[in-house]
Amino acid sequence: MTAQTCPRQHQRTTMEIASLEPSLYTVKAVFILDNDGNRLLSKYYDTELYPSMKEQKNFEKNVFNKTHKADTDEIAFVEGMTIVYKCSIDLFFYVVGSAQENELMLMAVLNCLFESLGQILRKNVERRCLLDNMDGVFLVVDEIIDGGVILESDPQQVIQKVNYRLDGSEQAYGLGLFDYIVGNIDEQTDRSQCA
Amino acid sequence: MSLFVEQICQLLGSGSNPFQHLEKSAVLQEARIFNETPINPRRCLHILTKIIYLLNQGEHFGTMEATEAFFAMTRLFQSNDQTLRRMCYLTIKEMANISEDVIIVTSSLTKDMTGKEDVYRGPAIRALCRITDTTMLQAIERYMKQAIVDKVPSVSSSALVSSLHMVKMSYDVVKRWVNEAQEAASSDNIMVQYHALGLLYHLRKNDRLAVSKMLNKFTKSGLKSPFAYCMLIRIASKLLEETEAGHDSPLFDFIESCLRNKHEMVVYEAASAIVHMPNCTARELAPAVSVLQLFCSSPKAALRYAAVRTLNKVAMKHPSAVTACNLDLENLITDSNRSIATLAITTLLKTGSESSVDRLMKQISSFVSEISDEFKVVVVQAISALCQKYPRKHSVMMNFLSNMLRDDGGFEYKRAIVDCIISIIEENPESKETGLAHLCEFIEDCEHTVLATKILHLLGKEGPRTPSPSKYIRFIFNRVVLESEAVRAAAVSALAKFGAQNDDLLPSVLVLMQRCMMDSDDEVRDRATFYMNVLQQKQKALNAAYIFNGLSVSVPGLEKSLHQYTLEPTEKPFDMKSVPLANTPITEQKTEFAPVATSKLPEKPGPTRQDIYQEQLAAIPEFQGLGSLFKTSEAVQLTEAETEYVVRCVKHTFARHMVFQFDCTNTLNDQLLQKVMVQMEPSEAYEVLHYVPAANLPYSQPGSCYSLVRLPEDDPTAVSCTFSCTLKYLVKDCDPNTGEPDDDGYDDEYVLEDLEVTVADHIQKVLKPNFAAAWDEVGDDFEKEETFALASVRTLDEAVGNIISFLGMQPCERSDKVPENKNSHILFLAGVFRGGHDVLVRSRLALADGVTMQVTVRSSDETVVDIILASVG
Repeated sequence: MTAQTCPRQHQRTTMEIASLEPSLYTVKAVFILDNDGNRLLSKYYDTELYPSMKEQKNFEKNVFNKTHKADTDEIAFVEGMTIVYKCSIDLFFYVVGSAQENELMLMAVLNCLFESLGQILRKNVERRCLLDNMDGVFLVVDEIIDGGVILESDPQQVIQKVNYRLDGSEQAYGLGLFDYIVGNIDEQTDRSQCA
Repeated sequence: MSLFVEQICQLLGSGSNPFQHLEKSAVLQEARIFNETPINPRRCLHILTKIIYLLNQGEHFGTMEATEAFFAMTRLFQSNDQTLRRMCYLTIKEMANISEDVIIVTSSLTKDMTGKEDVYRGPAIRALCRITDTTMLQAIERYMKQAIVDKVPSVSSSALVSSLHMVKMSYDVVKRWVNEAQEAASSDNIMVQYHALGLLYHLRKNDRLAVSKMLNKFTKSGLKSPFAYCMLIRIASKLLEETEAGHDSPLFDFIESCLRNKHEMVVYEAASAIVHMPNCTARELAPAVSVLQLFCSSPKAALRYAAVRTLNKVAMKHPSAVTACNLDLENLITDSNRSIATLAITTLLKTGSESSVDRLMKQISSFVSEISDEFKVVVVQAISALCQKYPRKHSVMMNFLSNMLRDDGGFEYKRAIVDCIISIIEENPESKETGLAHLCEFIEDCEHTVLATKILHLLGKEGPRTPSPSKYIRFIFNRVVLESEAVRAAAVSALAKFGAQNDDLLPSVLVLMQRCMMDSDDEVRDRATFYMNVLQQKQKALNAAYIFNGLSVSVPGLEKSLHQYTLEPTEKPFDMKSVPLANTPITEQKTEFAPVATSKLPEKPGPTRQDIYQEQLAAIPEFQGLGSLFKTSEAVQLTEAETEYVVRCVKHTFARHMVFQFDCTNTLNDQLLQKVMVQMEPSEAYEVLHYVPAANLPYSQPGSCYSLVRLPEDDPTAVSCTFSCTLKYLVKDCDPNTGEPDDDGYDDEYVLEDLEVTVADHIQKVLKPNFAAAWDEVGDDFEKEETFALASVRTLDEAVGNIISFLGMQPCERSDKVPENKNSHILFLAGVFRGGHDVLVRSRLALADGVTMQVTVRSSDETVVDIILASVG
């Protein structure tokens, strides 16, 4: 006998809640896309938001379509979510929060993510370099947000905690490339042996 | 060699992605090298990265393969490579839900968490808490307590945040860590402060006193973290709202003082909190508005966006408070970020003067095609609000809207425009013809069935009453020829209304109907045949009952009654009066700026509140045989908000009985109430037949008890009654923490406020779209008229409001809105009296010294007329 109000009324009131329930859960999702809108990394912290992979990718596509042309805008409102974003060469970084969230808090997260990555990638914030150091990227994201809670917002602290060595940092680019290809051939031979 | 070259080319190409052609099976094969000795950290790291990348792309891992990879990974704990170890933690977190037996790593993680390497400790805690369940939590409790107060900030933060995640799962355990969290809150590290505050609030949020104490402490101690400040502001404004404290409270002072914080984030949070407070005065708003005004010229787009979005909210309630920012907002109109520009314009539309409207509208039309649908809807909503404010501008708006209607756009956008045009038509009779013309043009090429049928319905309602109704016939009949079934059926209904209202059009309408009777769709043919036959009778009463004012029953109710009827074979014809009436939906105010709502699809008409109650009551054996529920009133509070027991009453009216539903909440956590009922003493000849008590009423779980009352049959005019109510119950003291009650209890009672039954409880609102037709239909057999003087009422608006709420009837023909600067007004009210008699009231009001009111009542039953007049007087 507790459900006296009809669900419709309930929904209306929840949408009209102007002030936010005080909570540390600030970030709904964070994702990095390339310049074709492909997902390179994405984390959804609110499991109710887009529970299935299909919904997540739809959302990312929708966000990408609305933002990639206006890449200097840095803030948008899509599907009832506040989205702050930043573009670097061929990469797009997005931080998503609820419509009522403090935009500047989201911005602090985005800036921290961007600057931390800038440091571990030695300013080469572009797709290729990011993919080559994907482990470092995963660790950086993990140090900034934990389950939707902002864990750290100071890029220096993040770098210190991750303590990441750039993959082939001091090597000539060609040597890194060589390593990589040899690795790749190894893998292929591995694969053929197994088959 | 050629392979080599090919790969180089591939790598140098722009589309290269080392993870592009990863195959899950191949990666899992590779994971076998985890078992090799010595461990090759570089290669293992690369493979773990691939696994996490695949998981991130949404690749599905079966339990078997995930578990196998997971177990292989655990061997990597032997390596001391830092990055590799960190990636192991990540893998554990990612796989926690897909692999089995993840708790196998508990001891390794516990070792890392308490070890010497500070870089491992924080991440190890977070990974550990991810795989720990309630039963395991006890085992690590000691370590968690230590970690929370650890002097290394990353360890303390990790422990606090992990505790917060675990509150959902095991509140009781985490609650025991309050003292440690308290200690952490006084840490020098800003993130530790923030996380400790968050955890403390989460553990105490149900205890208002504790929250208040906590706020008191932290607002004075001066935190360093801007995030913690934002959190404090949110907690403070929530507490202000809950306690309804005045704005002279120290909490309000705290929020206001945050407007002078050095962090923009905190300043904005404080301004936003003040703006969102209910009943803020203009003076209290002023400092918040002025900081937002400063933000409008910030180089940061996010800050400008935040500021203008918040100003937009202010403008809805206090347009005058924002006028000071008009100049800054004007500058934002040309902002490169279209979202900011749109918000600036819509805000200006709310605050600007009538003279600036034309210029702003021109500005909007220059870029309306470039913004997203969400913001287009916001623009339309702003225009809609503007039309209400400046009715004289409706021609400009109408023009603009019709242009927007022609542009491309999604369903939500078109619907917003159509709704806006319809509301303009309803507000301004002189705009009716242009508006209808635009809508006619729109349905000529409209892909949205819902909108087409809505417009056809409107045409049917408004069209026949325009000076030249014949011009709409062509548009409507085109739909019959060209559109889908649903639209064709709606078009037929609209046509019938023209035939019924305009005698000179009737022959042509009949010819068109004839053609519709050959339609390929059943529904269309049925409607055409039905209307054809009704129209041919040429009787006003029939037209009114079957064409203008259709059925007013609740559809789920009708369905249920008909189903019931087919189950019990009977000779009696089906009685329409036994079907519960539909509640007229309260016209929603949609001036709210809510692009949030717009992404959702229109909701399906769910069961109404009354239908839900009907279900609930039907489930109680004592209330069977009462017939169908006639009316459910709004809830009435019988206690003050802040008392030990909170009781509200909902009155359910049946044909010959009333059921009072008392929703009770026990707000004492050390008491369990049993056998709860409300004893009622009526003042009139009402007879209490039965009480249905609520068996148990534990702390904070609402429960309902009921009283069944028979209405006096020998005196049908006794429609009002006062009941004195007393809450009676058996109290058992219980442990506030476990809720375990004592064995013994004692009886107690609690006096509630009196409950009134008034004439409005016997009348259900019914909307008659065509009041004049309904007036003729009921006829003047039982018409009575009387004149009253309302000495205490000063304005017509007030008089209209009083009459409507007193009689509980539905105002028709928008007669509840009194035009400005008028001395007289006619109010039309319609309803159905208990027992199924239609009641119509026409009330002429004249404003002189006080208001004079002439009430004319018509009904199909004489007693009802008497009751209404008696109760008015």
